[in-house]
Amino acid sequence: MKNNYLLCFLVLFLFGTVELSAQSKTISGKVVDSESGEELPGVNVVVKGSTRGAATDFDGMYSLDASTGDSLVFSFLGYKEKIVVVGGTTLINVNLVEDIELLNQVVVVGYGSVKKKELTGATSTVKGEEVTKLNMPRLDAALQGQVAGVNIATSSGSPGGSSVIRIRGLSTFGDNDPLILVDGIVYDSEGLNALNPADIASINVLKDGTAGIYGVRAANGVIIIETKKGKKSESPQVEFSGYYGMQQTANRLGLLNASEYAVIKNNAFANGGQTPPFPNTQIGEGTDWQDAVFQNAPVQNYNLSVSGGTDKATYSIGGSYFEQEGIVGGDKAQFERYNGRVNFTLQLSPRLKFRNVFLFTHEERSTLPENGIGSVLYNTINAYPTEPLRQDNGKYSYLDLVSDIINPLAQMQNTHNRTWVNKFVGKEELEYSFSDELTWTNRFSYNYASVDEKVFSPLVWYGPGKAQNTALNEDLDPTLVEIADSVFIERGASVYEKRDTYIDVTFESFLNYSHRFDDRNSIRATLGASVFNRRGEGLNATAFNIPNNSVEFADISANQAPGGFLNNAGSFQFEERLLSAFLRVEYNLDDKYLLSGILRRDGSSKFGENNRWGIFPSISGAWIFSEEDFWNSEVIDFAKLRMSYGISGNDQIPNFAYRALLDGEGTYVFNDVILQGVAIGRAANPDLKWETTRQFNVGIDMNLFENFTATANYFVKRTNDLLFQPQVSGLLGTSGAGGFAPFVNAGDVQNSGVELELGYTTKPLNNFIFSVNLNGAYLKNVVKAVPDGVDFIPGANFGVGGNVATRFEEGFPIGYFIGLQTDGIYQTQAEIDASGVEQAGATPGDLRFVDQNGDGVISFGDDSDRVQIGSPIPDFTFGLNLNARFKGFDLGMNFYAAIGHEIIRNYERQQPYANQLDYYIDRWTGPFTSDDIPKVTTGSTRNTEFSDFFVEDGSFLRLRNIQLGYTFPSAWLSQIQASYFRIYVSANNLLTITGYQGFDPDIGSNGGPLNSGVDYGFYPQARSFMGGFSIRF
Amino acid sequence: MKKIALLLVVIGSFIATVSCEKFLDVGPEFTQDAENYFLTPQDYELALIGAYDLLQTSFITQWIGEIASDNAIAGGESVFDSQGLHEIENMTHNAFNNELRSVFQFNYTGIARVNYIMENKDNIDFEGKQRVLGEARFLRAYYYFELVKYFGGVPLIIDERLGADEVTTIERASQAQIYNQIENDLAFAAENLDWGRYEKGRADKGAALALLGKVHLYQDEFVDATIAFDQVIQSGSYALLSEFSDIWPVSNENNDETVFDIEYSGLEGGSYGCFVCLEGNAAVGFHGIRQYDGPIYGDGNSYNLPTEDLYNSFASGDPRRDQTVLDIDAFIATQPNPNSITYAIGGGGHTGYYNNKYIKRQGEIGLPDNDLTSPVNYKVIRYADVLLMAAEAYNRSGDDGLALPLVNQVRDRVGMPPLSSGGSQLTEDIWNERRYELSGEGYRFWDLVRTGQAANEITGFTPGKHELFPIPQIEIDLAGGNWQQNPNY
Repeated sequence: MKNNYLLCFLVLFLFGTVELSAQSKTISGKVVDSESGEELPGVNVVVKGSTRGAATDFDGMYSLDASTGDSLVFSFLGYKEKIVVVGGTTLINVNLVEDIELLNQVVVVGYGSVKKKELTGATSTVKGEEVTKLNMPRLDAALQGQVAGVNIATSSGSPGGSSVIRIRGLSTFGDNDPLILVDGIVYDSEGLNALNPADIASINVLKDGTAGIYGVRAANGVIIIETKKGKKSESPQVEFSGYYGMQQTANRLGLLNASEYAVIKNNAFANGGQTPPFPNTQIGEGTDWQDAVFQNAPVQNYNLSVSGGTDKATYSIGGSYFEQEGIVGGDKAQFERYNGRVNFTLQLSPRLKFRNVFLFTHEERSTLPENGIGSVLYNTINAYPTEPLRQDNGKYSYLDLVSDIINPLAQMQNTHNRTWVNKFVGKEELEYSFSDELTWTNRFSYNYASVDEKVFSPLVWYGPGKAQNTALNEDLDPTLVEIADSVFIERGASVYEKRDTYIDVTFESFLNYSHRFDDRNSIRATLGASVFNRRGEGLNATAFNIPNNSVEFADISANQAPGGFLNNAGSFQFEERLLSAFLRVEYNLDDKYLLSGILRRDGSSKFGENNRWGIFPSISGAWIFSEEDFWNSEVIDFAKLRMSYGISGNDQIPNFAYRALLDGEGTYVFNDVILQGVAIGRAANPDLKWETTRQFNVGIDMNLFENFTATANYFVKRTNDLLFQPQVSGLLGTSGAGGFAPFVNAGDVQNSGVELELGYTTKPLNNFIFSVNLNGAYLKNVVKAVPDGVDFIPGANFGVGGNVATRFEEGFPIGYFIGLQTDGIYQTQAEIDASGVEQAGATPGDLRFVDQNGDGVISFGDDSDRVQIGSPIPDFTFGLNLNARFKGFDLGMNFYAAIGHEIIRNYERQQPYANQLDYYIDRWTGPFTSDDIPKVTTGSTRNTEFSDFFVEDGSFLRLRNIQLGYTFPSAWLSQIQASYFRIYVSANNLLTITGYQGFDPDIGSNGGPLNSGVDYGFYPQARSFMGGFSIRF
Repeated sequence: MKKIALLLVVIGSFIATVSCEKFLDVGPEFTQDAENYFLTPQDYELALIGAYDLLQTSFITQWIGEIASDNAIAGGESVFDSQGLHEIENMTHNAFNNELRSVFQFNYTGIARVNYIMENKDNIDFEGKQRVLGEARFLRAYYYFELVKYFGGVPLIIDERLGADEVTTIERASQAQIYNQIENDLAFAAENLDWGRYEKGRADKGAALALLGKVHLYQDEFVDATIAFDQVIQSGSYALLSEFSDIWPVSNENNDETVFDIEYSGLEGGSYGCFVCLEGNAAVGFHGIRQYDGPIYGDGNSYNLPTEDLYNSFASGDPRRDQTVLDIDAFIATQPNPNSITYAIGGGGHTGYYNNKYIKRQGEIGLPDNDLTSPVNYKVIRYADVLLMAAEAYNRSGDDGLALPLVNQVRDRVGMPPLSSGGSQLTEDIWNERRYELSGEGYRFWDLVRTGQAANEITGFTPGKHELFPIPQIEIDLAGGNWQQNPNY
């Protein structure tokens, strides 16, 4: 660990702020449920306007010091807050009334908020504590399985690795990320790393057409995150929490040991007509490369926050430190984050309110090559067990027998990639109330990020013929480069540095109006405008001949490149703008009938003059039929039917895509000098416009038997005019370097599905509370149209230089897998002869492919025998939260399941000496020895053609978090002047049930929708064991 | 107060969205727009460099010209490693072939870049403009010649950039129309370019005439061919090097035998993600010996492996055999420590032979990934080829007397006895001589096709079909599906 300054600071700050409480009498009493009379443990009791507070113990008892006239505030989740003024007595017993499923809870919906009861759209809410509790390093990871219809898949399990967030499926070929707003400030999903989960107060997800208030950017849904704020007239609450844990890999692949390897390779060479390489196969276990590469790694997190308020101001200030090392690479795959937060609100005058949000993040991340051919784990899987880790001379071994697979330990040692991010996000907001009915908000928000990266590439020698070598030989002599006739210079170690900065500035001004005409009719309206500007700039350079081949001097300033001949530099800059006006009108009749309409007009600089402006309307309504007079169900306490339909857009394409620029690459060599010429880059399309998503949603919200809640939604979401860079005719001449096909609007995608959210909480009984939250979603994704003249858009390749395995094609899910279907193994030559199908090169022991079109030939050269053999999109996803509390103990479990999708096993390098998975032990070795696993051979074989042999069921169920905690009783706490103290032990990813062989079935995509579900040796999410605490004063 | 504020917001938002159109007019900075270019002579020179760029995709032709013929097999890591090449090797290729699609795309991109210059050729006048246009039209001829060799008649696009909507209406031109355009472009180039290269790497008059002669030869227009070749030979600008092996080393580039080279550099790195971006010659590293660890050569991907048929075709004592084909085991046996030298066999096939003309050698290694960034130039036409083509043209137009000294010049250089045959025997001798002299250089397949020998020499070759490659089906579809596929595909 490099830097613990913040932690020191936190601790100092903590002890500096513990205040003494005033002298007064001791009040005590019992808090019970008003209906059942059951004692309520964990109820917060605070003396209003002071630092004094306590929580009830498991008998519902509390005690604290207060003076006559003080107000005691009793609050407890799921119950209505109660205030009692201290009189003459010192015993105050309190009955709390259950707040029926928080129907009056306020939900932020964009330029305003609404009571949950009055929502007309499909919106899901996650409370901050549910996110914090899971101890996930990233907010998006914590959101997995929390909201029906929000599918979160991990792009990488490495520290700082990101996730892919998909609200109601994949709807476009391009950018599917939802719009993310933090306190109203636009945040990019990649940057979610920067948020501290402990700072989150709530997360609301707008899933349907009502997201249309955000117009041209709302098509992928909107996630609204609110950070923690203070409460008015609340004494300072100091909270300190933290955890420390160890991580390990949850899974290892079954790879061959040396003896098994020798047997199988002998078999393969013999089948290939070559001499078996291992005369002796009894050579023991050999090297376990996974053992050498995986390690235990620490993870830790500390948070300190202070919040409170006076009658004129509220504040919430926090700081945190997070650090995670990698289970592969340790400090070579490490992530550190420092967060600072200052939120406050000032009542400047009775009518004027000022709000400030300021979030600061500093992140540092080291990365290794991952999830691709040549990644550390790819090399680990393919390194063969007969090679020792090191040679006799102490150097890492060379793995001479395989090409382009290098020693993963040497690779980690020689990799030096680090990024530093500084991020300042905030807003200044003035809210002026003309009256109770009309307020005017002016909001200025900013999001500044600087991203620095440094990559040091030392001179390395991984062994003869390895493509990754940068040195000339084992002695690490630099290569010589001829820069002019017979003039040679050395090309030594190099360093690449870059600094990119991005700044978003948004100004928004809007009026919120509400008016009640009479007992029955009321209206609310929002009208406003928004101006958005984003500027990005970057500068980067590479410099050679770093002294001593040492990372110690890895800086451009230290380079000793002769004449700077090899050094180079680059830069970029762009600016994009958005101009918008929006109107929302909501009408409420009798608190039973709700109708809401939204209209938004956007102008985006992403598009040319022909199509710069768009109008995005949506309409939604709800009927609370449980309020009707005829409704007198004992079972259903509350029931609401909702419907919405709306149009929204997606403008997430590169800037200036509508025009042709001379930014292509036209480079040639004259007089032995590389000359930069000029060429057209991306072809123009002046008629380019945004994608349009039309979404219909119908849903129902119900409360039953007082403690059971249910929400169901059905939706159909159709996206038209997909922004594509489809293949274009070669005649257009866009196939050169730096040339791209024009972006066009073509293609349609439809997502439809059903979502269900169920909640159940017992009433406290014998000190026992139990709650269950279950959510599930069914999703069907289908491509409805592709661009003219194109049958499909090709995606990821299988193997090295192999067939395209994934596609975007009409009638299939986005990124579905296409390949040959197998039907067992050809056991004998007689079987091949009798099959009636000509399969070129087939011999006994080979996979038997299915002749789909029945023409009697397996066509390897075209698609006629290829069919869908998988889809990366799960049919069903489930999340389950179980919580139980007994006296001071609490137990929580969080499960997530994804069912009905497939993964391509793409981490097996087809080389004669590459190691293999141990399923090959059960391979075909003669007639009727196996009908699943083909024979091995070094000869020419079609068994490595992409087929369902390489596709596995990716379904899994994972216990993502299990946690056991103990909250100390208030009597004990008062001795240390704390109001709350909890300790816990917790484990993440303790259990995963799956049939998938790879490291981790929870794999997203590392390169767009068409790379989903392709496993190149995925960096798995760690299993971690943690201990933590949380204390409040 | 209340009403005024309300009014302000309403007016403000509408002003913002209605009349602030200008706010959204954000232009890219420091980047030129394609519609506002060709304002200075420098602009033409830079666009011309862009048009040369696509020549560097010649690696595909270096492969296919050999692999499709009886000279080589595809090789590589497995039969799926560049599967398109394996299909071509076996003559099982069809309209779904990535390599052939690349040929189509790359050459049309080169043409589009020339047409971009030609579209704007009248913008300004400046000294040296004729040279720029001459080089540009040479390049267009080169690219169309590649296309017509592979695909026959293809759409003819001249002096304009095609709009996306025009693509679906354009038809395939006839082979004769394409050749006619090539001849016009080369005639213009020959007229406007000087003897001797303006800079190393540029096309000159000799390059234009030599290519013109070759284009005539491919159409069996022997007299026209001799007229073009004769000018090249008579110019005195070229000579055969005395040592056959001196032709290929990087250190000896731009020699007297060079008529037109495609230039490569090892000074820029590259990756497998973008072959068209490379400044190095990808073919050379790909031809390298898989996981080779030993002297002289570098390691590579074992592509384009010469066949035993080629190795055995050479007359005994012809030094060109070992200069053309590397017998790896024989070579290792002659080295000081043969047991310390290792190499691997790829799953895509093994013959024991490697292309010894274009192969990665120690000292000719580019920046990473050096399998892709060899600085070795590709010889489009060298003088020995001009002599052999001229000899063939004279012989087939009935003038053996002029043909014999030309072919014997080539034989004499490597110490082979002179030919004295005539008529069709001489024709056959010249064809064989082309194989001995030029194998491994990517011409063989088209020589076999144009001389009618392909069906006899290439296993699996179907006359009436395999003379041309199929137009990639995706290109037919993307162009509206109107083009007729080549016969029998």
